[in-house]
Parts: sequence; structure tokens; C-alpha cells
Amino acid sequence: MKQKTNPLLSIHAYLVMAFIYLPVLMILIFSFNNSRINSTWEGFTFKWYGSLFQNRNVMDALMNSLTIAFTSTVIATVLGTVAALALRNAVRKSKTVLGMLYLPIVVPDIIMGLSLLLLFSQFHFPLGKWTIIIAHVTFSISYVYVIVASRISGMGKQLEEAAQDLGASPWQTFRYITLPAIWPGVLAGAIMAFTLSIDDFMISFFVAGPDSTTLPIYIYGLVKRGISPEINALCTIMIIVSVGLILIAQWLQNKGNRGKKASTLPF
Amino acid sequence: MKKTKWLISPVVLWLSLFLILPMAIVVVISFLGRDEFGNLVIQFSLDNYARFFDSLYLGIYWDTIALSVLTTLICVLISYPLAYYIANAGPTRQKIWLLFITVPFWINFLIRTYAWVLLLRSQGVVNSFLMDIGIIDEPLKMLYTKGAVLLGMVYTFIPYMVLPIYVSLEQMDRKLLEAASDLGASRWRAFWHITLPQTKSGMMTGSVLVFVSTAGMYVVTDILGGSKSTMLSNIIQTQFLGARDWPFGAALSVIFAITSLVLIYLFNMALRSRHERSKEGRA
Repeated sequence: MKQKTNPLLSIHAYLVMAFIYLPVLMILIFSFNNSRINSTWEGFTFKWYGSLFQNRNVMDALMNSLTIAFTSTVIATVLGTVAALALRNAVRKSKTVLGMLYLPIVVPDIIMGLSLLLLFSQFHFPLGKWTIIIAHVTFSISYVYVIVASRISGMGKQLEEAAQDLGASPWQTFRYITLPAIWPGVLAGAIMAFTLSIDDFMISFFVAGPDSTTLPIYIYGLVKRGISPEINALCTIMIIVSVGLILIAQWLQNKGNRGKKASTLPF
Repeated sequence: MKKTKWLISPVVLWLSLFLILPMAIVVVISFLGRDEFGNLVIQFSLDNYARFFDSLYLGIYWDTIALSVLTTLICVLISYPLAYYIANAGPTRQKIWLLFITVPFWINFLIRTYAWVLLLRSQGVVNSFLMDIGIIDEPLKMLYTKGAVLLGMVYTFIPYMVLPIYVSLEQMDRKLLEAASDLGASRWRAFWHITLPQTKSGMMTGSVLVFVSTAGMYVVTDILGGSKSTMLSNIIQTQFLGARDWPFGAALSVIFAITSLVLIYLFNMALRSRHERSKEGRA
């Protein structure tokens, strides 16, 4: 359908974009504002970034966030990838298993958070980094699974069969044929899991202990207490990091898809 | 190649332990009592559910539903024209617009909510601006109002609505539109009778996503609404992290989950009956 677009529609589209991006842009601008009061522009400065990096609490929270994100990403990526590989050959995929794999995407965050809190307290599992890691793995598995499974679904089995005919062990086949072929998907899934973990507040808030404050939990505390320019600097860094990561993930997936088309041709 | 099937067991084990079992515990605890120290008492009771029918909690429940419905409606009204615009743009422009719609997903919603604190508070950007240009003398009270919460929710969940509507617009059968215009239907008539019915599923998916997310979002209310506006999710959160009345919190969570499920079911029914009616109409 090549109709002329209604000018009202395009005005609306640009207005919505402005509505979505202007508030965020405000944070970016004010993070360089040389004034404690965040409402007027008083000149350019980097000092909030400087004081941010000297703030022990921020650095601790950052370290916690990174440790948790890294650990949960590794576990979730392995589990999700293994699940996608396991279901690859199942002709009739069990509805129960599939339902289970998609459930974490559907369950509201608040319910996932409080139910895990109840679980941990019932079994006297002390709240801390590990409880957050477990929570993050639980919601990340689904996303890794979906991404890796979509990568696998477009893959032929011929190369693997050929390798096995030529005497490769199952491990060799996996290591030299299957893994390189699904790698872009695995990497994209891992970045997704990492971003979800770094970003999560709703669930972490329930299962965090006193010594496991993550960056979002720290930001929440700051926002509740009041406004300070350091929050703007911190938020700016977080925006740049997560948007950067997701652009990389998208690029990887696109690259993977292009490779997929090329590699399916010879089969 | 059946031998790989056992590989699914680690995931099944993990999700059973950390997803299914916890939710089962919530249901069980919602039927238990507690002593005056907040400890669980193992004894079956329906008290937690009975307490929900207190006018205070019922009021909050209806407020939550009203706010979620309103947020959903506003999101549809804003997102549909945008998705329509994107779906009718050229391929490259479509890609760029879609990227811009997905980026907010990756900016922490805490940060996006905080942006509105910067804008709306009494010494905030909007008030300073309005006072500078002389429209107002006194700062307007915008933060910590119900309007601020509504704004924050719409702002947070717009992308959830745009994407499903866009997908359904992309997938619709465009030949029908050509046929309609060949038969002399106006563009508006074609939109009303062809495009809109064919994209209902996208709207419904988006609506369910927005509704459930709004109802479960305790942070936006907390930050933009202050202590004045309370939603079901805030009460639930307080029961677990503040008041430590876990059985009551669990009962409220079960009620929340059931409400969401009923709503999703109703949405699906509405969708199906519409489809069937329109099919009959065409026949």
C-alpha cells in the first residue's frame, strides 16, 4: 500500500518521539549542569561524574551489579542454550516444558519477586547476592532460550551428520560444528540476559540483602530521598551502557541472520 | 537423536525449584494465619481473603483497575496512529523508527520515572519554565498527584503497545485494502472495516501487556504518587517488605494473579466473538 501519509500522522509520530525522549534527554543535559538545583542551566561541568567515581556506595553497588549480572548471565546462557539444543530434536515438543520456558516472561515481576522471597525465607536461605543471582537466572533463561532456539531453527543438520559420518565424537561435533553455528545467537542471548540483570529493580528489591545493593536499588534509594546531580550522572552512564549493549546485541543478531541465509544455501 | 532429550532436565529442575515451587508456596501461605510477631501459623484460614473485602482494600482494588484501564486506553490512542505511521513508512525508515521505539525498553524505567520527577516537581523544569515566561506566579502542584502517576505509567508502557500493533499492521492482508478502494470505499471506511478489525489482535496483546504491567508496577506509584496514591501492588509490596504480613500479602497476590488471568481470558473472548461476528457479516 503506497498511500500518501497523512501529515497529521507524522506530526503525531514525532510528538510521541519527543514525549518519549525529551525527559531522558533532560537527565543527560542536567548531568553536565554546574548547579545543585536541577532546573536551570548554569554552565558545563564534569564534576558530578568525578564525585560519582569517588563515591564508595556507588562503586560498591556497581560492583555488586556487575558480579550479579556476570554470574547470572553465565548460568542462564548455559541453561537456556542447553534447553534450546535439547528441544531441537524433539519432534513433538512437550507443551508443559514449553509453557514452563515461557512462563517467566508472562509472570508479573512483583509476583516473581515476592514468591522467591517466600521460598528463600521458608528454607532459611540468607538474602544476598546469590538470591538475586538465582532470581535473575530464572527470568533470563526464557529470553536466552527464545533467542538461541530461533537461531537453531534455521540450521540444517547436514554438517553435523557429515562430521559424525567422518568419525567425529559427539563432543567434537558439538565443539567444532554446532557451537560455532549457534554462537551469534548464544552471544545475543547472553547480552540480553546481562542487560536484563543490570536493569532489574522490581524483582531484586524483594530478594536483596543488606550487603547486596545493586545499582538500580541504590538509584531507587537516591530518588526516594531527593534529587542530586550525581543521580543524573549515574543515570546517564547507565543509559549509555544499556543502550550500547542492546545495539551490539541487535547487530550480532542481524549479522547472525545474514550468515544463516548464506549458510543454508549449500544444504 | 533421542539421546539429547535428557538435556532439558536442568532447566526443568531450575524452573520447578525457583518458579513453580515459589508460586505454589504463595498460594499455600495465602491460606495460613500469623501470630502477633508476624510468624506463620500452620492452620487453614480464609481470613486473609476475607480481609480483602474491607472497603479500604476494595477501594484500592478498584482504583488499581481504573488506573490500569485508563493507562491502557491512553496507550492505545497514542500508539495506534504511531504504529500505523511506522507500518506505512518505507523499509529503511521503518527500521529506524522501530529502533527508536525499542531503545526505551533498555533504559531503566526507574531512570525514566525519575526524569518526570525532574520535570514535574515544584522547582522542576516545567514549573521554572512556566514561571520564567510569566504564565504562572506560583509553582503548580504536579508531582505526587494521580495525574503524575497516570502520566508515568503511560510513559513507561507506550512501547509495549506500539510494537504489537505494528506487528499486526505488518501482517494484515493488504490486498483487501486495494479491493476496498477498487470497489469505491473511502480510505476512512476501508480503515474502519478492514484495517481496524484485522489489527484487533495486536491491540489486545498490547492491552493485556500494558494492563498487567501497570497493575503490577509499584515503583511508578511510589515515586510519582508519593504516599497519597496507593495501588494494589504497593499494598502487596508493603505486606512483604514493610508490614511483614505475608499471608495477607500472599492472598492479595493471588487475587492480583486471578484478576489478570480473568482479564486476559475476557480479552481473548471479546476478540474471538468480534472475529466471528465480522465473519458472519461478510458471509
